[in-house]
Amino acid sequence: MEVTEILLPGVGVRYEFMTAAGQRVGIVARRDGEFDLVRYHRPADPDAAETLLTLAREEAEALADILGAPRIVERFADLTREVPGLASATVDLPTGSPYDGEPLGETRCRTLTGASIVAVVRGEDVIAAPTPTEVLHGGDSLVVVGTSAGIDAVRRLLVG
Amino acid sequence: MHVFLLELGVILLVLAVLADVAGRLGLSAVPLFLLVGLALGEGGLHDLGASAEFVGVAGEIGVLLLLLLLGLEFSAAEFTSSMRRHAPSGLVDLVLNAPVGYLAGLALGYEWQACLALAGVTWISSSGIVARLMEDLQRTGFRETPAVLSVLVLEDIAMAVFLPLLVVVLAGGTPLAAAGAVAAALAVVGVVLVATRHLGHHLGRLLGHDDDEQVLLRVLGLMLVVAGLTYLVDASAAVGAFLVGLAIPTGTADRAREVLRPLRDLFAALFFLSFGLEVTPTSLVPFLPAAAALALVSALTKLATGGYAASRDGVARRGRLRAGGALVARGEFSIVIAGLAVAAGYEDIGPLASAYVVLLGILGPVLARYADQVRLPTSRAAPTDGPSAPPAA
Repeated sequence: MEVTEILLPGVGVRYEFMTAAGQRVGIVARRDGEFDLVRYHRPADPDAAETLLTLAREEAEALADILGAPRIVERFADLTREVPGLASATVDLPTGSPYDGEPLGETRCRTLTGASIVAVVRGEDVIAAPTPTEVLHGGDSLVVVGTSAGIDAVRRLLVG
Repeated sequence: MHVFLLELGVILLVLAVLADVAGRLGLSAVPLFLLVGLALGEGGLHDLGASAEFVGVAGEIGVLLLLLLLGLEFSAAEFTSSMRRHAPSGLVDLVLNAPVGYLAGLALGYEWQACLALAGVTWISSSGIVARLMEDLQRTGFRETPAVLSVLVLEDIAMAVFLPLLVVVLAGGTPLAAAGAVAAALAVVGVVLVATRHLGHHLGRLLGHDDDEQVLLRVLGLMLVVAGLTYLVDASAAVGAFLVGLAIPTGTADRAREVLRPLRDLFAALFFLSFGLEVTPTSLVPFLPAAAALALVSALTKLATGGYAASRDGVARRGRLRAGGALVARGEFSIVIAGLAVAAGYEDIGPLASAYVVLLGILGPVLARYADQVRLPTSRAAPTDGPSAPPAA
């Protein structure tokens, strides 16, 4: 998806993108932290924006949290694209793995592979930056950041 | 003393009522403030005695505050982005709008110095009115808006060069001296921008404070000192104030803007009033036809300017019309420029610019609003770049 970013002098920044359903959406991010959510939908006047929502700073943050939570894995993928050699992947912990029901620290993942487990995705929940005492369960998806060799090593380690 | 207090109090109350009325009608208060000044001045309804001197001094501070706040709004990132996308729009803006004033001046038989001032009057749109319009009409999200705002940013910076040039020319300087003033202005703006990048945080620490009172007094004091110094070297004090605004780094600038905005509103209102005071209403009458013709032609050239700028961003016909309409309003800067000309002895510019700004200060917002409703000829095919989905309810 392509998001264009346009500076609005004296106001802030406007972002614009097209949804898969063909709707053009714009977001005006103001200097003072307010956001306007707009859409462009008049065929005769494609540049006119209808304001759908105006959000104060906290409201925008709450909305971003709701929309952003399930996307944490994708965001790690974006992050690693910026550092050469760094990769991220999700590794599923199979039921019956030796670490099913064990605390994260027991895997000694970073010591053995150099890769880090930076988040645990469990159903709808995301446990960001889990501590070594976090107990893993079969079916968890682990977000791993490291070299690709390191990530493969984690995968082998978890299968046992 | 009591007469002074009474006069000033009544004036402010009248301005408050007018600003409220203007707001309800979706108009700018600037032309109404000018009209009050006209009505009150010499030969008007009531000749201000006790408060005239104060209003005059307050008006001078109002100009400085207008320019200071403009400088505070400025960001180098926005300027470079405007230059990259809209340098040709800025050029078209100059080439279409400035000659209108200059040629009108020639036709009226003025000296070339006065013509140059008139060129500035017709060239510069009112950032204050236009920026406010974009908010009031909820057009910040519209696609032509970045083009409109970019033109304003470029005009603001152009003012930092044009004002020193005009001051030198009006003072009887040779073209060589004028060129020198332009070079000096460019150099100073450049130095200030570079210095702000590297030393701005020192200035920020010096001016910044947790206490609003401290921020207010320090920034205001610095502005007045710099304005005074620029006055001393025969440059425009307003440019000095603008440079102070430029030099203040972003974080401190945001605070300073918040603290100074009410002060700016008060003193700028008194500035428009004081400009009107200087002009006798009866002297206005002979200038009305010229001002109306000037307003009409320069409204059309601004429509074309906005249309061109918006077309560079790929905006369709309706949006181009809106962009042009938004830029038509002239206001504070036309008056600042005319004020310089009047101070230099070119007194005809006063009534002409007053009538002109009253006309376009009122017509501009009206055009901006109705650009959205006026029927466009449908002879040409409907735009093909729009989504073909049926209009949603």
